[in-house]
Amino acid sequence: MSDTTSSLTLPDPAPKRERIGGTLYRGNEGMWSWVLHRITGVAIYFFLLVHVLDTSLIRVSPEAYNTVIAAYKNPIMGLGEVGLVAAVVLHALNGLRIILVDTWSWATKHQRLLFWIVVGVAVVLMAYFTPTHLINVFSPIEEGH
Amino acid sequence: MSDDEKKNEDSKGFEGAAETGDPTAQADAAAEATTADAQSAMSSSGTSAEPAGSAAEAADRDVEPAPAAAAEPVEAPQSFPVTVIVRRYDPEVDDEPRWVDYDVQMYPTERILDALHRIKWEQDPSLAFRRSCAHGVCGSDAMRINGKNRLACKALVKDFDTSKPIYVEAIKGLPLEKDLIVNMEPFFDSFREIQPFLQATGKPEKERHQTIAQRERFDDTTKCILCAACTTSCPVFWTDGQYFGPAAIVNAHRFIFDSRDEASQVRLDILNDQEGVWRCRTTFNCTDACPRGIQVTKAIAEVKQAMMTGVKL
Repeated sequence: MSDTTSSLTLPDPAPKRERIGGTLYRGNEGMWSWVLHRITGVAIYFFLLVHVLDTSLIRVSPEAYNTVIAAYKNPIMGLGEVGLVAAVVLHALNGLRIILVDTWSWATKHQRLLFWIVVGVAVVLMAYFTPTHLINVFSPIEEGH
Repeated sequence: MSDDEKKNEDSKGFEGAAETGDPTAQADAAAEATTADAQSAMSSSGTSAEPAGSAAEAADRDVEPAPAAAAEPVEAPQSFPVTVIVRRYDPEVDDEPRWVDYDVQMYPTERILDALHRIKWEQDPSLAFRRSCAHGVCGSDAMRINGKNRLACKALVKDFDTSKPIYVEAIKGLPLEKDLIVNMEPFFDSFREIQPFLQATGKPEKERHQTIAQRERFDDTTKCILCAACTTSCPVFWTDGQYFGPAAIVNAHRFIFDSRDEASQVRLDILNDQEGVWRCRTTFNCTDACPRGIQVTKAIAEVKQAMMTGVKL
């Protein structure tokens, strides 16, 4: 067989990078929890960026702050807030899971179970939050909270 | 071919009989410790050992013995067509890798490596892939099969849904050289960097003693065959080739937790680097990919803990 590279040959001085077009790697719960963690993390980062800016408007003038916050009070932002809370809940719970996985050997062994517990707790929390929040968003009385 | 297969099946049947017959004979011998009984037991186990020997030949082909075959009527296994789609790349011809279809006749008990052999030997001799022992020990033939890293020599056809094509491509994250061959040098560089050898001062009179418990502490990580299935399944390694990768950390773990070794702290310092263990995001792809069943992520977690609280042997 001549299909092996001899260990005597010198390594390629300019190695070619792997090219595009392969299959998607089929990871399990661990990989997808990491993907979810990344996406929610980046989403929360962009929220925080905006949040720091709008909150700092209070230093400019209370009127400017009120104007901006009033602009948020529409159904689209209300639905966005559901997404935001879901992202925070998932990121927070999975963060706790990662801490456990890194520090406790039982959790390392049962990380798959822990992932589904995270998903389960997130679903329960969102089942509690979403109706309450949406009633608030779509109720005709506009009140500040 | 079908005769040959039938013979295999026959001997498999005998093997099943030998498996059920042997322990009983030995148990009899133990229960009634008379010489005559022991002798008859010996002879009976002797006769049943014979077909077991011929079954060993069959074991070459059939990786999994089927004791149930003893009871059921023996049936010759049927070969069936399997489509294997290989991601080919010839640096002298192709600008980009391309997927090429091959149809091969396979038996359920054969491996993906056999399919690659059949392609190379019967259809397209230009197909390039690495393999040496072909029995899951040398670690040459790690590749991505249906989107997961495995050893081609340990992936059985029967474990795949053969109504769909089987996709075979090179492992990800290392420079592609040709077809299924990647440049393993960056992988071995990381391995060398963590000093994968025993470092101990002083000359013992005979040998360096170690208790069973001390040996057990790092037993799991001694199993590594450096196939790179774990490192090239790691999303962090794909995007950051500087990351040491699971395999290097596994081999560091093997010496960090060895009671005889004195350079644990050196290795911990090497891995307490920006590109060291803290890059691990616990995706567990490495643990799932390891063909030796090493709990890779657990080993990495133990190295992380050793950095924070010291090495607990």
